[in-house]
Amino acid sequence: MPLEVNGKTYETDEEGYLANLNDWTPEVAEALAAADGETLTDNHWEVINFLREYYEEYQIAPAVRVLTKAIGKKLGKDKGNSKYLYELFPYGPAKQACKYAGLPKPTGCV
Amino acid sequence: MSDTKTFVYMNRKAPYGTVYALESLEVVLIGAAFEQNVKLVFMDDGVYQLTKNQDTDGIGMKNFSKTYSALGDYDVNQIYVCEQSLKDRGLTLDDLQELTYEDEDDDWAEKSSIHLVSRDQIAEIVGSADVLLNF
Repeated sequence: MPLEVNGKTYETDEEGYLANLNDWTPEVAEALAAADGETLTDNHWEVINFLREYYEEYQIAPAVRVLTKAIGKKLGKDKGNSKYLYELFPYGPAKQACKYAGLPKPTGCV
Repeated sequence: MSDTKTFVYMNRKAPYGTVYALESLEVVLIGAAFEQNVKLVFMDDGVYQLTKNQDTDGIGMKNFSKTYSALGDYDVNQIYVCEQSLKDRGLTLDDLQELTYEDEDDDWAEKSSIHLVSRDQIAEIVGSADVLLNF
């Protein structure tokens, strides 16, 4: 189902992930979240921005175990745990946050 | 885990031109979730997979070489490179990316994952495998 933001149409796959990585903008992220009935807070953005940086560096979206560990290292232990990340992204932190970050589905265990 | 097995991934092909190198890397990343004892061997043209400064612009393929440096995050840190294969191709360790991991048992010290090995040592590694995957 294509996603419409500010009059522009973006192609997505059957699960709502952006088809083209380069289409992503913060507004697109807001729209992807809104389509799931979610509103993005600063805490969401920390994780989304982290994922985009990780992808830029390694060309993959990290598995959830790797994400959790890396978030803990970067943002502190109180955020580097499953409970915190699942509260932010109830459909699975790796899967859902990658979607809003405009990345492909993670390689490995989500 | 009591039933940990040793998985050895043999990588013998150049990174592009066939899908073997990328497929191997993806299987390694997916398999890492199972917390097994994982060893990666790079020999023959497979040593090119780890070279620095790869540029795929001219061939229209994704440059997945950056992904190898994420292996440490996935606790994949036993990477064996055939010394003779490097030599035969005019390469040295300096031509390869630095791949590191943080050693949990040594105050998270950063250590190199890459070990140069002889063909005899590769034979031993293959012999140690419970599961051997050839790419």
